[in-house]
Amino acid sequence: MNKLLFGRYIPQDSFVHHMDPRAKLVLSFLYVIVIFFANNWWIYLLMTVVALLSIWASKINFKLFVDGILPLIWIIAFTMLIQVLFGTGGHLYWQWGIFSVTSLGILNAAYIFVRFTLIILISTLLTLSTSPIQISDAIESLLKPLEKVHFPVYEVALMLSIALRFVPTLMDETESIMNAQRARGVDFGTGNIVQRIKKIIPILIPLFVSAFNRAEDLATAMEARGYQGGAGRTKYRLLKWGTRDTIATLIYLLMTVVVFALRFC
Amino acid sequence: MKEYLGMNDIIKVSHLTYKYLQNELPALDDVSFSIPSGAWVAIVGHNGSGKSTLAHSLDGLIDFKQGQVFIDGVELTEANVWKVRSKIGMIFQNPDNQFVGATVEDDVAFGLENMAVPHDEIQARVDSALAQVQMSEFRHKQPDQLSGGQKQRVALAGVIAMQPKIIILDEATSMLDPIGRQEILGVIKRLRRKLGITVLSITHEMDETTSADEIIVLNDGKIIESGKPSLIYAHSDLLLKLGLDVPYSQRLKEALKLRHIQTPQAYSDEKGMVDWLWQSLLKA
Repeated sequence: MNKLLFGRYIPQDSFVHHMDPRAKLVLSFLYVIVIFFANNWWIYLLMTVVALLSIWASKINFKLFVDGILPLIWIIAFTMLIQVLFGTGGHLYWQWGIFSVTSLGILNAAYIFVRFTLIILISTLLTLSTSPIQISDAIESLLKPLEKVHFPVYEVALMLSIALRFVPTLMDETESIMNAQRARGVDFGTGNIVQRIKKIIPILIPLFVSAFNRAEDLATAMEARGYQGGAGRTKYRLLKWGTRDTIATLIYLLMTVVVFALRFC
Repeated sequence: MKEYLGMNDIIKVSHLTYKYLQNELPALDDVSFSIPSGAWVAIVGHNGSGKSTLAHSLDGLIDFKQGQVFIDGVELTEANVWKVRSKIGMIFQNPDNQFVGATVEDDVAFGLENMAVPHDEIQARVDSALAQVQMSEFRHKQPDQLSGGQKQRVALAGVIAMQPKIIILDEATSMLDPIGRQEILGVIKRLRRKLGITVLSITHEMDETTSADEIIVLNDGKIIESGKPSLIYAHSDLLLKLGLDVPYSQRLKEALKLRHIQTPQAYSDEKGMVDWLWQSLLKA
């Protein structure tokens, strides 16, 4: 359970870590959007280079990224299998009923693999190099215009930052509840699907109850420390756009332009 | 019960009564006491004696219907509850559940942000608060990377940064190991000497009350005794009856009494007991 990288932040002293979280968030989105326009190997090569360059600039151990991809390998493999078996067009290698393996199908499967991997790499880079509070600060700052239509921007950002802060805490708690239930003789590894789902209940119920208690304690503690809502607060963390953000934005914009050129010209 | 009537009473509670909806008996039943400025007062009682309800009432976290609370000359009402809260720093029991920030420094800054302190001043106050609890090198750490004692030190730093006149410890050390407990209490003692903060510690650990100026014993929502620690500890049978413990030196005395060794009547702390033991050994 602790292998899960979502919401974990690896502090480092690097180019990427010192970037403005708004820049990182927007550029990650840009990357994910641009990758859906990719339709040939040159584009994938370029985007892989950009992704690896970004990872290199973050000084984070590459093994962590591999750990981030591994839990999703089955989803990727399944999607690839569907593409291979149901792909149409191109040279036909093998056919049996509705299944057919074609050259285009295999090519699409390969594309999907690269696409998935790159998206996971970039989003993992975002969460590993940006602390949860920075992400919620960035979202708050980017959503600021929505305040005009009475969207509760601050409250959403606060909920997000608290949710992210409690991810590891709740993970640890899940682990200890599971161990406690194991000690009482619950075996989570065996049984058919219905039995296994039933075994989740002795984990879920205590987890929910404790989450309610935590929420109540946290609300009390926040109130005791003078929290009266989003209005009229100052901010400890100020977001500053720096030279590195401009550099990174230029690189990503250049990548976007080249990708569109390769795609449409 | 002795009533302080001095002008320098920072906390004054009169006839406070509170009843939870689902309970038949009131959690607090006509509680009155006052605490002079700069004192360390311990409120003890077994689980369910109303200690935490009392702490929550003082900070306006519970809306009591009967009785009055004055904090630093301000009456606690709906209108000025935030003014009262700004004078009180509270540290709660569970180190994890009161950690609001994503990192140590964010958590310390949270209260200051709420008070709309300007950015530069927040920075300075966070730095000094972290230095005072010796957590400066942990400032970028996340809560899941800290021990329970360290998290409580961060909670204490968050309170220090807000510069309150009163610190209420609502069983703040009950989930810590003995080392973590000593660390927290040590920091608070140091702070109190330096800044003259009033400390109200709510606990069921009698060993924590030895540095208190006064102990108030709560049972079933009522104050049943209050006074200097030496007075309270001397009634060890009462404490044991209430499900509380007695300090180590007192336990030693009881054990000696069982072996028919005459011990002094008055309460003595550990150092006092050591002195007395040496003296009687030398005499013998």
